[in-house]
Amino acid sequence: MSSLSHLRSRTALWVGSTAALASRLLRRGAGEVIGSKLALALDPDLLRHVGADRRVIVVSGTNGKSTTTALVQAALGNPVDKQTGANMPTGWVTTLIRTHGAVALEVDEPYLAEAIEKLSPEVVCLLNLSRDQLDRTSEVRQIAEKWRLVIAGTTTQIVANANDPLIVYAVGPALNVTWVDAPLVWVKDASSCPLCTRPLSVEGDWECACGFRRPTPTWHLNSRSIEGPGVSIPFSVALPGEYNRGNAAMAIVSAHLAGIQAGVAASRVSEVKEVLGRFGTVRWRGRRWHLFLAKNPAGLAALAQLTEGFSSDLVISINDNVADGRDPSWLYDAPFDEIARGHHVFCTGSRALDIATRLHYSGIESTVIATLDDLPEQVTASVPVTVISNYTAFSEWQRRGTPC
Amino acid sequence: MLSIVTLYPEALGTYGDGGNALALAHRAHARGYRVESLAISLGSPLPAADIYLLGGGEDGPQRQAADALRDDGSLASRVAHGALVVAVCAGLQILGQSFEVAGGRIAEGVGLIDAETRRGAQRRVGNAVITVDGRYVVGFENHGGDTQLGGEAPLGQVVRGYGNDGAVDGVHTEGVWGTYLHGPVLALNPWLCDAVIERATGESLGPYASVADDLYQARLAALL
Repeated sequence: MSSLSHLRSRTALWVGSTAALASRLLRRGAGEVIGSKLALALDPDLLRHVGADRRVIVVSGTNGKSTTTALVQAALGNPVDKQTGANMPTGWVTTLIRTHGAVALEVDEPYLAEAIEKLSPEVVCLLNLSRDQLDRTSEVRQIAEKWRLVIAGTTTQIVANANDPLIVYAVGPALNVTWVDAPLVWVKDASSCPLCTRPLSVEGDWECACGFRRPTPTWHLNSRSIEGPGVSIPFSVALPGEYNRGNAAMAIVSAHLAGIQAGVAASRVSEVKEVLGRFGTVRWRGRRWHLFLAKNPAGLAALAQLTEGFSSDLVISINDNVADGRDPSWLYDAPFDEIARGHHVFCTGSRALDIATRLHYSGIESTVIATLDDLPEQVTASVPVTVISNYTAFSEWQRRGTPC
Repeated sequence: MLSIVTLYPEALGTYGDGGNALALAHRAHARGYRVESLAISLGSPLPAADIYLLGGGEDGPQRQAADALRDDGSLASRVAHGALVVAVCAGLQILGQSFEVAGGRIAEGVGLIDAETRRGAQRRVGNAVITVDGRYVVGFENHGGDTQLGGEAPLGQVVRGYGNDGAVDGVHTEGVWGTYLHGPVLALNPWLCDAVIERATGESLGPYASVADDLYQARLAALL
C-alpha cells in the first residue's frame, strides 16, 4: 500500500468518524453508518485498507447469516453481544475499525463479489440459497449464477453446505472447497437441476441424470459429535432447532480453517444462547415474550421444527416495510399448517390481515390485533408467549421489550 | 364436485402461487361443493379438471413448463371442452405464441392464446391494481415482460402498476383468465376467486363473508 493511499484512507476515516460524532451529537441515529458511508465515498479503497492484514471470515446465504456470523465470532473468541447484523460495505467498515484480530463479517448475498474482492477473506462460508423478498432481490437462481462467476475466479477457502443444490452449483467451479453435511430445511427452490433444468429430487445423496450431484462432505454431524478428517469432536448447541446445529457446524468448520482448533471452536459455539435477540426472551407489559425471527418461507419452515416449545398463544407479526419486502405473497409458501394449527394465533403488524387470510384459507381462524398495545390483555398463557416476526416487526418487539 | 389441478408447482410456484388453489378449494367447499385439488409435476400427463392453475417462475423453469405443456398437448382440447385455465405472470406468458427469456432468446409458447411477450425496458415491481368489469383487483407484480395481445381481450384495465403494457393487464378468453398480478391473486380478491368458481361450475354462488373481505378492503384503501 502506498503511503499516499494510506493517507487518503486515514483522512477518510477521520472525516467519517467526525461525521459520525456530529451525527450522534445531532441525535440523527446511529452515527456510525453515516460515518462509514462518508468515509467509503471519500476513499473507494477504504475496505481494502481497513481489511488489510486482518484475518476475515465472511458468511453469506439466504438464512442463518447473522446467527452463523455470531457463532464464528464466538469460535474466534470474539464477543458475540456486539454483533450488529450489518451486512453491507458500510457495516463491514464499522466492524473492522471497531475490532482487531480475526473477525467474522456477515455479507448480504448481492455483495459477495465485493467482499471477496476487497476483503481478501481467509474463509468464505456459504450456507444456503432460497426465495427471499423477491421484490428487492434477484430471483434465487440469478444469485446462484452471480456467485458462480465470482467464485470461479477465487482460490479462497470455501466452506459450503453439500446438501443445497443451489450452493453446490454456485460453488462448483471453486478450487478449494470444504463440504459440510449441514441439515437443510428448504429444497423447494432446487426442484429442477441448476445445471441442466431436469427435475431434481433433493433427498439423501441426490444426483441428476446430467451428472450434477451432491459432493461428498468431509464434515458430518452426529447427535453428539461433529466428525471431520481424522477427528471427532463433542458437539452441543444451545440455540434451538436442527437448522441451528447446521449453522453451528458451518461456523466450527470455518473457524477451524481460519486456524482455531476445532474442539475449542465447538466448545465456544456451544455456549451461544441468543443472537441479536433472536431466540431470546423479553419482558413487556408484565408478560414475557419469546422472540423468533422468520423473514421468508425457509425461515418459517425452520421454525416448524420448534413447535413443541411454542406457547398455546402464538403471535405472528408481519410488516411490509422496504427491509421486509413489500410483498407478503410468500406467506402462502410457508408451512403454517405445521406452525399454527392448534394454537390461538394473534396476527399483528402492517400485514396482519394477510396473515389472517392466509391462515383462514388453511382452515385456521385467528385474532387480528390492530395495534400491538392491544395484545397483552388478550393473551392468556402464563409461560413466555411465542412471537414470530419478520425483520422490522422483530425490531419493534426488541424496542418495546426489556431482555430477561 | 369441482376439480382443481395446479400445474408444475416445482417450476411455476415462485411466490405464493399455491394460495390460489387453497382459496378456490376453501371458498368452493364453504358453498357445499366437494372439491378435489391436486398438483401435478413436469412430465406427468394432465388429468381432467375444471380449473387448471399456472403460477409464476424463473426463466429456466418457465421454459420447461412451456415445453411440458406442449409435449402433453391436451390443454387446448380440454379448454375447448369447457375447462378454465387461470394463469399468472410466467404462466400467462407461456400460454402465448412465444416469450423472451434471458439473453434475448425467444422461447416457443403453448399457443393457447394469441399473445407475444418480449423483454420490456425495465423490470416492473410493485403493488398493482386493475379493474375487471368495473371491479377492482389488487395485487403485486414483479416481471420484466411486455405482452402484446393479438385479437383477444385483456383481463382488465391498469389503474396502478404496469400489467401487459402500462394500459391493460392479462388476457380474458372463454377458457383462459390471465394476469400479471402474481402469486395468490385469487386469495387476495375474494370476488374474483368466486367468479372463477362460478365460471367453472356454471352456477351462481351465495355470499360468503370472511377475513379475506377485510383484507381486500384494506388493500384497496391502501392502494387507491
